[in-house]
Amino acid sequence: MRQLAFYGKGGIGKSTTQQNTMAALAERGNRVMIVGCDPKADSTRLILHSKAQHTVIEKAAEKGSVEDLELEEVLLEGAWNIRCVESGGPEPGVGCAGRGVITAITFLEENGAYEDLDFVTYDVLGDVVCGGFAMPIRQGKAQEIYIVTSGEMMAMYAANNIARGILKYAHSGGVRLGGLICNSRQTDREDELIIELARRLNTQMIHFVPRDNIVQHAELRRMTVIEYSPEADQANEYRELARKIEENDMKTIPTPISMDELEELLIDFGIMEQEDETIVGQKAASTVGA
Amino acid sequence: MSTSPDALTVRDHNTLFNSPEYQEQRERKKQFEGGSAPEEVARVAEWTRSWEYREKNFARQHLTVNPLRACQPLGAVLAALGFAGTLPLVHGSQGCTSYFRGHLSRHFKEPVPTVSSSMTEDSAVFGGLSNLIEALGTSVHLYKPDMVAVSTTCMAEVIGDDLQNFIASARTKGAITEDIPVPYAHTPSFVGSHVLGYDNMLRGILSYLTEGKKSTSNGTINIVPGFDPYVGNIREIKRLLTLLGIKHVVLGDHSDSLDSPATGEYHMYPGGTPLAVAGDSINADATVFLQALGSKRTKEIVNGWAGEAVLLNPPIGIANTDTFVTEVARVAGVEVPDEITAERGRLLDAMTDSHAYLHGKRVAIAGDPDFVNGMLGFLLEMGMEPIHVVSSNGDATWAERAKGILAASPFGAKATVWPGKDAWHLRSLVFTEPVDLIVGPTHLKHLAREANVQLFRAGFPIFDRHHLHRFPIYGYAGGLHLLTQLVNSILDEVDRNAPDHSFDIVR
Repeated sequence: MRQLAFYGKGGIGKSTTQQNTMAALAERGNRVMIVGCDPKADSTRLILHSKAQHTVIEKAAEKGSVEDLELEEVLLEGAWNIRCVESGGPEPGVGCAGRGVITAITFLEENGAYEDLDFVTYDVLGDVVCGGFAMPIRQGKAQEIYIVTSGEMMAMYAANNIARGILKYAHSGGVRLGGLICNSRQTDREDELIIELARRLNTQMIHFVPRDNIVQHAELRRMTVIEYSPEADQANEYRELARKIEENDMKTIPTPISMDELEELLIDFGIMEQEDETIVGQKAASTVGA
Repeated sequence: MSTSPDALTVRDHNTLFNSPEYQEQRERKKQFEGGSAPEEVARVAEWTRSWEYREKNFARQHLTVNPLRACQPLGAVLAALGFAGTLPLVHGSQGCTSYFRGHLSRHFKEPVPTVSSSMTEDSAVFGGLSNLIEALGTSVHLYKPDMVAVSTTCMAEVIGDDLQNFIASARTKGAITEDIPVPYAHTPSFVGSHVLGYDNMLRGILSYLTEGKKSTSNGTINIVPGFDPYVGNIREIKRLLTLLGIKHVVLGDHSDSLDSPATGEYHMYPGGTPLAVAGDSINADATVFLQALGSKRTKEIVNGWAGEAVLLNPPIGIANTDTFVTEVARVAGVEVPDEITAERGRLLDAMTDSHAYLHGKRVAIAGDPDFVNGMLGFLLEMGMEPIHVVSSNGDATWAERAKGILAASPFGAKATVWPGKDAWHLRSLVFTEPVDLIVGPTHLKHLAREANVQLFRAGFPIFDRHHLHRFPIYGYAGGLHLLTQLVNSILDEVDRNAPDHSFDIVR
């Protein structure tokens, strides 16, 4: 069994990429489980064709405690018999979402959810923000991380930050970076930029997923492209990504870069302009009476 | 500031707080707080003993009143103390560790060497990595243990501290050497109870020590006592196995670490299962669990061992001990010696002698799940009638097993089993459906006094009676000890309440 985790900036398309890739892996005959680790609980909707499945935390709260929970109540099977679980979490502004991730994964382990599987993936919220969100990459869990990014500045910042998080764990455990997945935003020289970023992070751009409106068409139907339109070019892109992940033999300890280095890279590729130190702290010139 | 007429008269708290100045102070405090009149207090107190209140009490969802259980890391500390030279390290704030030390000391009347990583507010924000590294470095340097067993508390768990990663970092940063064993267990205090914490820590220790040690059979039988508040039980089990001629290892054995002789010298780590022996436990012919319900997590790793795993009810009473003796004899391939059969016969004889005073007694019992189930066996054998059976850390599986035990005896017919209920629920039960005797820990003494029912102290914790834990309640000898205590405490009551014409010499 291989365990993977998908990290990336919020809104970058992690859940979509992950579900499409897992659908492609399942289509190839793999037995797959998706563990959503985002309080929004939207990591499995395209597989289950549902709005949001009942989460571990939601069900535990309803029953009084996690100990009263049965696996069948929170583990559902969707397309290609992909097993789906959402950890869930609190409303914004209260509680501790990280603990929700820990509770959910511990529950799954104790209740035998990991039996007879080829791939388990964790879809993890945004940046590595607290110990709870690092739960999926603890020893004995996900050993390969894929960072979903794009050629936009903030997505690359996030990717570099996540690489720093992985580095913390890599030295004391077996977790490795499997590559960057570029989910295209059609920015200029996007592929070159991500290939360069990957090189500096001591990894690879494992695949460049082009932008295609068919993803949105499929999402509206709460489906993966693989299922909605198996013949589409985009479906083949996800299949290609799935194949590359399945055959991936480049798993590395990342070498995150400094903020200055990242900014230089962005300037080199014309994403960011050279800062003009002379204007820092200067008010706008008065236009009154001009 | 003593107002005592005689300065040499030392007043203890029994008399001191009855003196006029304290009584006046109390009265003023009551007025300040706007306390109700005594009649009103009495009226409400009486109402809380009614069926009407019982129904409201059992509808309660979001509050626990006197939970009758402790938290996971307390059990983890006890598990660690069962291994030789082992220092328990609790990753959390100091207060948690003080509580575990205090709680265990009050029960065992022994010092409990345990250290804390002293987490504070900044560790909650930045993570407890540096605390744990420093704690490991300092405690290994100062206290020179052979092993450190790390458990966690609420704070460390909420912020998601990763012990595996932290301990590995402590090694790479040179705070501790590569060769000192540091097993760990995540023991969030808000999940399960001390029983689960014991189980988690034992699993952590055994998986660490047995790693890579798989070899051919070592011809021994492992005994896993689980969270056992009676050091006498562990000694009794070892004595029985020696009589049976069975080579055995107890995992873990806190019978010496929490009951060491006063020799005039303090040893920080007396007793405990030697680490090499524990490491070889993976090659045993069988592993016998004396607390079937409280050993689930450890059993998962033992399932991967070559020897058979045997799950038992605690050997309390005749039938439970019979099962224990025949099962260990079966897995070890030995005959039961006459000496043990004679012990059994003596217990049976004693039970017959005393049964008239115990038969038909209505009993409420509360405690840890396995303890309650083992004890039910003994009570039913004496013809006692369990009425209320409560385990606040018992789950549906426990309740099913308890019901099975009760259903197997005609004396169990009146019992109701209550998983997940606390001492305040038990109070409602006792007042609406009265009993003759309450069996359980010290925490039930207030209920016993209020309900004017005798409390037979058994289980964990026992803070207010001495040395009970030094004697066994397991095995035939333990059964005899249990019976002696039980029948004599009841006979004390019989005498206390007897009219002059029935104050008999012979009982």
